[in-house]
Amino acid sequence: MSGPIDEVTILSAGQIARTITRMAHEILERNPDEPALAIVGIHTRGAFLARRLHAQLATLSGRELPLGELDITFYRDDVGTRGVGQVRETPHPVLKGTDIPFEIDDAVIVLVDDVLYTGRTIRAAIDALFDFGRPKAIQLAALVDRGHRELPIRPDFVGKNMPTALPEHVSVRLSEYDGHDEVVLERGVEEKRS
Amino acid sequence: MTKRDLLSMDDLSRDDVDLILDTAESFLPILQRDIKKVPTLRGRTIVSFFYEASTRTSSSFDLAAKRLSADTIALKKSGSAVEKGESLKDTILTLSAYAPDIIVMRHPSAGACRLAARHTPASVINAGDGKFQHPTQCILDLFTLRQAFGRSLDGLKISIVGDILHSRVARSDIAGFRMMGMDVTLVAPPTMIPREMASLGVKVQSDLTGIAKADVIYLLRIQRERMAPGANFLPSLREYARVWGIDRSRVRPGQKVMHPGPINRGVEISGEIADDPDTLILEQVEAGLATRMAILYRTIVGYSDSVTEEE
Repeated sequence: MSGPIDEVTILSAGQIARTITRMAHEILERNPDEPALAIVGIHTRGAFLARRLHAQLATLSGRELPLGELDITFYRDDVGTRGVGQVRETPHPVLKGTDIPFEIDDAVIVLVDDVLYTGRTIRAAIDALFDFGRPKAIQLAALVDRGHRELPIRPDFVGKNMPTALPEHVSVRLSEYDGHDEVVLERGVEEKRS
Repeated sequence: MTKRDLLSMDDLSRDDVDLILDTAESFLPILQRDIKKVPTLRGRTIVSFFYEASTRTSSSFDLAAKRLSADTIALKKSGSAVEKGESLKDTILTLSAYAPDIIVMRHPSAGACRLAARHTPASVINAGDGKFQHPTQCILDLFTLRQAFGRSLDGLKISIVGDILHSRVARSDIAGFRMMGMDVTLVAPPTMIPREMASLGVKVQSDLTGIAKADVIYLLRIQRERMAPGANFLPSLREYARVWGIDRSRVRPGQKVMHPGPINRGVEISGEIADDPDTLILEQVEAGLATRMAILYRTIVGYSDSVTEEE
């Protein structure tokens, strides 16, 4: 279903940078003396956001935290139900891989994603993390929370709360992947929930 | 679910093969973790039915399905109702009543998997039918080559040596190797090379003099069980081993040797070469697991990239 698409900018490049700085402060306030704090980003854009948060945390705290990446493809709850051809094409159809280069037993993990929506991605990410060990706690950081949760999942750190209507779509664009920084709300896009 | 069978290498495009190989690569880290299992195919049912002996193929398909959390039923000809005279069609209809997503099948007759596919809504994966095709072996061979030589196999020289006439592996491999732009030479006694092979864009040689130029020597087993009784394909195994057997004197240092297994030490391959670090036989077995996970996954998910932009 496609009508005319109009876009409204929710966060500019400068606002994204300030938001990440604020989230880094909040993460440190929440975990002041945590010795085993670690950052894990969810592919694709969550992984890039995680790297930025990680760099900001290093600047603020002087500590280099463990950093990992998670590809939740094999943990999705809708494997094979979408059918061939119904899937949105990715600009770079590459398999991204999971890399958790640290011991996650008893770690406090800050899971990072770009947009928090139904919560199903986070459910899959939590399952994936538990196959690596037993973390002491998992906290959730999302750049945008657009609402419409289908699972009892809530974020611990939110960049921006953005109540949306279902036919709307929130696009996070990051320079590492999309060439520039921007968060936009697209209207008139029919979205398959995921 | 879209029914999509894998009966022969003709069912796959170059893009499909690349996608399967990339998918297999992404399964490798999972196989190295403590918990070597992902929930991807939870609740799916995979039946494997082997009318013919198999160690590697049946065990790797079974383990691949389990690593993906699918439920599996593994049947063999012995001990099944086939021994009581049940026909292939009736066996397939019976197994289909359990509503499996995939039937993995091996059969001594060429085309048996295609026949089975007509009688079931499940996707059928050919795990070897007679001397016709063995596409999943080809995929694991390509994966092994990619691990050894890098992503592009274009121009890689491979000599396939041995009983090509009776080999379904050779038929699938020739198609897959050519698809990847490899330079394929068949090397065998003239009685063991079917005439139509020259039309497949491969070179044919009837002695071992050319194999020194190959990057890879791919050996095939003499399949005496497929030779018609009394047929005169070779004078004796001892004679074959003397003229065609690959030992240290016929492999240059660094040259890779592959074999789909099972090997006959002292016939087509010497024990020393079989155990040599440049021999990729165990790498092939290892590749069988990740590639069969990828094939099961792609059969159910489809061949368009399922890695969506997540919300």
